[in-house]
Amino acid sequence: MTAVAAYDPLATAGAWRRSRAKIGVYVVLGIFAAWYLLPLFVVILNSFRDLPEIAENGLIALPRSFSFSAWGEAWSSFCVGGTCEGMQRNFYNSLMMTIPATIISTAFGAVNGYILSKWRFRGSEWLFGAMTLGVFMPGQIALMPWAFILGNLGLTNTISGLVLIHVVQGISFTTLFCRNYYLSIPDDLIKAARIDGAGFWRIFRRIILPLSPPILIVTVIWQFTGIWNEFLYAVVFSSGRGQPITAALIALSTNGTNVRTYDVMSAAVLIGALPPLLIYFFGGRYFIRGLTQGAIK
Amino acid sequence: MSETIPMAPPAPQRKGRLRDRAATWLPIAVLGPSLFATFVYVFVFTGWTLYISLSNSSLLPSYEFVGFEHYASLWENRRWNVAYTNLFIFSVLYVIGTMVVGLLLAILIDQRVRAESVWRTIYLYPLAVSFVVTGTVWSWLYSPTSGIEFLVRGLGFESFTFAWTTSRELALYAIVLTGVWQASGFAMALFLAGLRSVDQDLIKAAQIDGASMFRIYRRIMIPAIGPIFIAVLVVLLQFAIKTFDLAIALTGGGPGIATTFPAIYVYDLMFQRGQIAEGAAAAIMILLALAVVLVPYSLWRVWRRRFELQI
Repeated sequence: MTAVAAYDPLATAGAWRRSRAKIGVYVVLGIFAAWYLLPLFVVILNSFRDLPEIAENGLIALPRSFSFSAWGEAWSSFCVGGTCEGMQRNFYNSLMMTIPATIISTAFGAVNGYILSKWRFRGSEWLFGAMTLGVFMPGQIALMPWAFILGNLGLTNTISGLVLIHVVQGISFTTLFCRNYYLSIPDDLIKAARIDGAGFWRIFRRIILPLSPPILIVTVIWQFTGIWNEFLYAVVFSSGRGQPITAALIALSTNGTNVRTYDVMSAAVLIGALPPLLIYFFGGRYFIRGLTQGAIK
Repeated sequence: MSETIPMAPPAPQRKGRLRDRAATWLPIAVLGPSLFATFVYVFVFTGWTLYISLSNSSLLPSYEFVGFEHYASLWENRRWNVAYTNLFIFSVLYVIGTMVVGLLLAILIDQRVRAESVWRTIYLYPLAVSFVVTGTVWSWLYSPTSGIEFLVRGLGFESFTFAWTTSRELALYAIVLTGVWQASGFAMALFLAGLRSVDQDLIKAAQIDGASMFRIYRRIMIPAIGPIFIAVLVVLLQFAIKTFDLAIALTGGGPGIATTFPAIYVYDLMFQRGQIAEGAAAAIMILLALAVVLVPYSLWRVWRRRFELQI
């Protein structure tokens, strides 16, 4: 840490140039921050503004009116695709899909990672490599096969069908994350436990699980945001009242018949963005760790 | 390589033998369901889609083999040509734009700025939110009647135009701009981690020699994070090839077919037009594009690991 603090790239120039450069740094960072935050501000402010005011002053303006009515309407009474129940149904659908799929895929990933790092057998490295191929599969390849399987299982248009899809596709990721993390647990720890007579599950419960919270948090956050935000399968394998929120939002915004009700749509969009945003703001550290791990592999 | 634990230690007593045998097979049995599911997902699904693409399926799957007919008609299709041309232009601009902005932000944040974590949080939040959400909101901002164009014209610049999403020529660049907005925080995070890991003694030595900050970055820091550039490049290319939600939310593939992408075209063929064989052929092309990016990358990584071990 001290090494980092000792290094100041701008220290190579004179005092005046240095402070001028520093101001320049903040100005550029500020401009980019404005670009990044613009959509967030727009959508938050417009969810509290009145529609006539938005129509008059445009989307990017400071609010002159204030009301919560758009939120109520977006949540429970706005009409999407023939039904007028607002987003609440789709929000529940997303929760009912995301929570089980996250828990199940993470549980499988933890056990798989434990086996592939601590109970290796002939060919297990090769099997692991093949499993990680699932990470790269484009969704389009799996569309027809999933349609066939869901049809045969009677799961077409059900949340359970989507849970199945996300569990199977998620296992590659969760196994990869957990296996790479468990490699850092010393094998001697496991050996000692085995000499003491501990079995497969006992070692998992008593040694591996207590050391797992960091990677389990990363995995849960990664799976939750990924599944919540997923769109292709949501729109292909669900319809109407059964749609997760991402699919419903697209149905809402391409609803060309009525005048754009930006106030209600802003609230609806925020409802759809809220769970991942909350996770990001409260677990950002873990989110970024998952992102870099998922990317570099 | 860490040492593999012996599976079944030699057991003298009879009673222990059954337990040991269970201990040998238990991990494999527990892994079994996941292995089965993943193998079906990766290999059977791919094989099946490949077979469908070679069959005469239309609205429903059929298993009569017709060869590469559907690939031929796919490549003659004008919409497919638009789609992969778009993908090519988009990929180049999106990858360059994201890496340039990401590197710039990483270098600026590296100047020991105050409230570093606040800046990072701001630049990274678009990654937490779905393309559906960000694409929808950006489509409003591109709208001429209420978005950025409306705002700037209201300030007195009457000839300003920013209605990119409704223009055939510019809609693709609207998607590029939004894609860069979404992903550059990711590039920034990886580049910043890389810059921080560069050997500090090297930088100090250069400073003592009187090298300017610009020179230090150009000659020492940026070359040192070369492998990160390649990793970011590969990830961004993957994102680009899979582009679907963003274009759907932002332009719906329009105006007309101006912003069609291969992933959108597959969806349309399979579920809107009932041409599943040709849709499957297009899906296989997407897989091939990914393989073109990922196979050399993994070979390069294997080669690099070997090389490093030899040293």
